[in-house]
Amino acid sequence: MSEKIQFRIRRQDTPYSPAYWQTFQVPFREGLNVVSALMMIRQNPLTTDGMKVDPVAWEFNCMEEVCGACTMLINHRPMPACSTLVDTLQQPITLEPLSKFPVIRDLMVDRSRMFADLKRVRAWIEIDGAWDIHQGAPRISPEHWRDNYLYSRCMSCGSCLEACPQYGQMLPFVGAAALAAVRLMNNHPTGKYHRKQRLHAIMVEGGLSDCGNAQNCVQVCPKEIPLTTAIGELGRETTVQMLKDLFGSAD
Amino acid sequence: MRKPRKVIVVGGGLGGLWAALRVAEAGHQVQIFSLFEVKRSHSVCAQGGINACFDSKGERDTIWQHIVDTLKGGAYLANQPPVKSMCEDAPGLIQTFERMGVTFSRTAEGLLDLRLFGGVKHRRTLFAGASTGQQLLYGVDQEIRRQESLGRLQKFEWWEFLSLGLNQQGVCQGIIAMNLRTMEIKAFPSDAVMLASGGMGQVYGHRSTNSTNSTGAAACRVYQQGAWFANTEFFQFHPTAMLGDDKTRLMSEAARGEGGRIWVPRDAQEQRRPNQIPEQDRFYFLEEWYPSYGNTVPRDLASRAIWEVVNKLGLGVAGEAKVYLDLTHLNPGFIEQRLHAILDIYRKFHGTDPVHEPMEIYPSAHYAMGGLWVDFERDDTTGGIKHGSPRNHATNIPGLYACGECDYGYHGANRLGANSLLSASYSGRVAGESVANYLQGLQQGHPDSDDPIYSSEINHQQELNRQLINNQGEENPYQLHRELGELMSSQVGVVRDNQTLSNAIESLRTLQQRSRNIDLQERNSWSNQGLAYARQLQEMIRLGEVIAVSALHRDECRGAHYKPEFELKLPENASAGDPAYETYRNQWKAQNQNWLKTTIAKQTDWGPQIDYQAVDLSVLAPEEPRDYR
Ligand SMILES: Cc1cc2nc3c(=O)[nH]c(=O)nc-3n(C[C@H](O)[C@H](O)[C@H](O)COP(=O)(O)OP(=O)(O)OC[C@H]3O[C@@H](n4cnc5c(N)ncnc54)[C@H](O)[C@@H]3O)c2cc1C
Ligand code: SF4
Ligand code: FES
Repeated sequence: MSEKIQFRIRRQDTPYSPAYWQTFQVPFREGLNVVSALMMIRQNPLTTDGMKVDPVAWEFNCMEEVCGACTMLINHRPMPACSTLVDTLQQPITLEPLSKFPVIRDLMVDRSRMFADLKRVRAWIEIDGAWDIHQGAPRISPEHWRDNYLYSRCMSCGSCLEACPQYGQMLPFVGAAALAAVRLMNNHPTGKYHRKQRLHAIMVEGGLSDCGNAQNCVQVCPKEIPLTTAIGELGRETTVQMLKDLFGSAD
Repeated sequence: MRKPRKVIVVGGGLGGLWAALRVAEAGHQVQIFSLFEVKRSHSVCAQGGINACFDSKGERDTIWQHIVDTLKGGAYLANQPPVKSMCEDAPGLIQTFERMGVTFSRTAEGLLDLRLFGGVKHRRTLFAGASTGQQLLYGVDQEIRRQESLGRLQKFEWWEFLSLGLNQQGVCQGIIAMNLRTMEIKAFPSDAVMLASGGMGQVYGHRSTNSTNSTGAAACRVYQQGAWFANTEFFQFHPTAMLGDDKTRLMSEAARGEGGRIWVPRDAQEQRRPNQIPEQDRFYFLEEWYPSYGNTVPRDLASRAIWEVVNKLGLGVAGEAKVYLDLTHLNPGFIEQRLHAILDIYRKFHGTDPVHEPMEIYPSAHYAMGGLWVDFERDDTTGGIKHGSPRNHATNIPGLYACGECDYGYHGANRLGANSLLSASYSGRVAGESVANYLQGLQQGHPDSDDPIYSSEINHQQELNRQLINNQGEENPYQLHRELGELMSSQVGVVRDNQTLSNAIESLRTLQQRSRNIDLQERNSWSNQGLAYARQLQEMIRLGEVIAVSALHRDECRGAHYKPEFELKLPENASAGDPAYETYRNQWKAQNQNWLKTTIAKQTDWGPQIDYQAVDLSVLAPEEPRDYR
């Protein structure tokens, strides 16, 4: 097949400059994914109008859909560019940077807020130190493991936040990814010890109650993380916690 | 009063984060530098698992056996005390990961589950679903975030390390780095530097399983400032990688461990779909050639067997460089659970389903056993390393340490599967403790950031940028990288010979010239990815030369370094005690007399200079050649 694939790419030179569109063409091959296509474009950045332009900037590292770097809007939907095959897409294919984060350049955005929010919800296990204490953590049943494992694959790609009507640069909501991290940490046998602090961290403005229950997040997560299940569980737990806080009962 | 001590860690993969954690826990201030958010580091790619002896499968596995497997697997080229300590400390390290919340897979009783991996006979590999590296990295990443929230540690993400700040005495006192958004070049003074910049698979370009961060550029930069490389000719080719032209994707060793079989049609003209080919027309070459290990032979044997079947016997599937990796005879539910990530990747990137149709695979550049030379101190009472010694993981530049895949420490001439997540984490932990003790002994702190040792280096780095930006050459950096990958994999690859290596060195020098004649095609000076890429490319070509020159000098077959001209053939049908076998053993020992030594490469104006260093063999004398039949 000597077919050509067209890409319409939204470009922006700096965080403060206006965006503009350019169209590129690459030859089709079996198994072509969006990252490979962008690689061809950067090697020879020629628009369909025959204009020599700056190479398109985007983010990627693993090329195996596990680092979360390459997420962008592909035909208006947040997707990992490395694992999205071109022949599954309608043409011309539009590529845009995620809209819920500040643009750095072209398809690159600044997702540092996601990592700050993991800090905000205390998404870690408090260990005495990273030295050997000659024992491990308590046992975990295979069923319990299976539930936790689903959540531990979150690669901070930001798709769920992009799809969420409650999440935005001007809005305080932490979003599904950080909430799912709370769910995960609270279910570890010793992570449980700090359950209350994490619940309190999401019982404030911008926390769980800002979720509008649109359920978009779970549909776009490339790792199929059951985000709405986590949010449901946390809803029950925060209610119980609120009552405990009111009536001062011990944990 | 002493100034508070500051340590810079370059790299936020498993090695770097572990080191940073231990330095921060020792009460020193840490700054982590990374090309991007550390959570996206290459370590997340590891699927298969991490080794530690738990002996919970009724197989009488022992730590000693883990040590022996690692040393023999590495063809005795690794210094033995560090390996001994690593294997002994591995179970405790895993338990620490468990405490951090890593979701290791479980047995029915709720214990840590173990699986079989290549090159060993016991189940010794822990795993977390099929995303072990991701889970391990996230475990440490979380603890780092906690340290960050306590104010003990600071991250500089989107900063690229460019060079070291060395004082008059050649002591390392900080780094020069470039902001990958503003492209500003700045000095960061510190009292010690830890390099944990990962592997160098990108030297093999798109013919590697590595992520884009694995360029080896950072290591090559300190090499040019006087650090030594060791054993770089030893590069592991993963036998089972799925082909692709952005990268080759690894089909984890676990696929073989869980029962996957490798085969080709016996007839080169075979036209049938693989599922229609009856058993008697299939050539399960690993099972035939290595009856006792079969499909789980170590990687180098598997890679060479595949190379031979394709290039010598002409039996590649459909006449192309590929063979089948077959899971179709296994229970679909079982493999779906155990190998979910591999199946997922293959379905996603190839379009067919490995549950129903065999996968097509070929060897690909995967892991650098070699890297920056690092020291260790032996503890004569235990035979392991002396814990806490500031010599552990020190490079030959005072104040510069290295850990993770960028050092050469633990794998000798070949690495066992699932041993490098272990070495990356373990070396980070050891190196972190080592640096903390180095700081204890320091009399003087680093100078201020306006000191000439930094400003002269900043000027030099700015000049390098200016040259590249202003150059109006004919060469395209991305095209040159593809050429580098093809050159390295075809001429410095699975099978080597001296004539080809000499040619490769010539070609690499030409490539180096061409890489100075680049046109970046980029007017925008903000987030200039082309500039960073071109700079890394020049380092990769230089590193390619170090690998090729080291390979040219070593006239033998050892581990992953295979030169058929110098091969000692295992006598067929002979075992220990038979005269033929004993003759072979004697030849093998004679070869060890000549070649059982560490290759050291030092930078000179006319290219790498090669020296050798003795290997510490104090744990296990090399009496037994490897025999996987
Ligand atoms: C596909 C694949 C599968 C694997 N599977 C397994 C397995 O199952 N079991 C196993 O034991 N091993 C496995 N390995 C090997 C293992 O993953 C690696 O050896 C290990 O993760 C390396 O860790 P690291 O910390 O040294 O480096 P990395 O994780 O590569 O981290 C390098 C860090 O350095 C930073 N960096 C690099 N250059 C610079 C610079 N110039 N300036 C600033 N920062 C810089 C990067 O940003 C990054 O944070 C696998 C490898 C691959 C390729
Ligand atoms: S929950 Fe899913 S969509 Fe959201 S950041 Fe994590 S991996 Fe991405
Ligand atoms: S490049 Fe890592 S997720 Fe796509």
